[in-house]
Amino acid sequence: MLETLFFLIVAAVAVLSSILVITCKNPINSALSLIMTFFCLATFYVMLDAPFMAAIQVIVYAGAIMVLIVFVIMLLNIRSETGKRSNHAVIIGGIMGFFVLFEACYFLNRSKITGTVGNLTKELVNQQGHTELIGKAIYTEFLLPFEITSLLLLVAIIGAVVLAKKKI
Amino acid sequence: MSIHSYLILSAIMFSIGTIGVLIRRNAIVIFMCVELMLNAVNLTFIALSKQLGNIDGQVFVFFVMTVAAAEAAVGLALMIAFFKNRESIDVEDMNLLKW
Repeated sequence: MLETLFFLIVAAVAVLSSILVITCKNPINSALSLIMTFFCLATFYVMLDAPFMAAIQVIVYAGAIMVLIVFVIMLLNIRSETGKRSNHAVIIGGIMGFFVLFEACYFLNRSKITGTVGNLTKELVNQQGHTELIGKAIYTEFLLPFEITSLLLLVAIIGAVVLAKKKI
Repeated sequence: MSIHSYLILSAIMFSIGTIGVLIRRNAIVIFMCVELMLNAVNLTFIALSKQLGNIDGQVFVFFVMTVAAAEAAVGLALMIAFFKNRESIDVEDMNLLKW
């Protein structure tokens, strides 16, 4: 009962922050609302027995990506959006978004959850440590994606430096 | 809390992100709405990982976060380079390829 109430409160804050992200005129307000959404999501990850993911969410998303976005907004000195939003874009956007939501809920309602059932339980997470479990999975079964991700980060760093230079 | 509630919430956040991408004109706010969509999918992955008792969903979320970080760096560098040319990051001004 109490868990349901807590979930509803955090979910309401997350949805409200998401709506603020898409409607604020000032991009800094959008960025701050997105940070609030990330914190709500980190709370959900803790409720779903994934504490390492919650920590990574706060560190990487709210701590690195959003800081980068706020830096860029302040570097380019982007002011609040002036002028009216064109009405036909709002209407078509609303229809498409509602269509996506309707389709997702329809498939959610008529589907059953299937898939490989593993042995991850809450007791295992508490006993062995979530970090160790993810580390074991990444370094044994998912080693190739891990190495490719490191290459991807290298490419991203070089790309970001080259794109933002004055003269190449 | 049933898994159904998490999936519905994820669908709601994903559709809000979709609306944001289609409505906004500021390129950085569009990018923030894309990040919102990615996070909605992350929530789906972790909810289903708990439901099935499988660690694979959470490992995938790990890689999605890494890719999102790389994409943030490159995308923002692209916007800075565009701003140097055009003095605006309104997507209405990105019209060189328009017929």
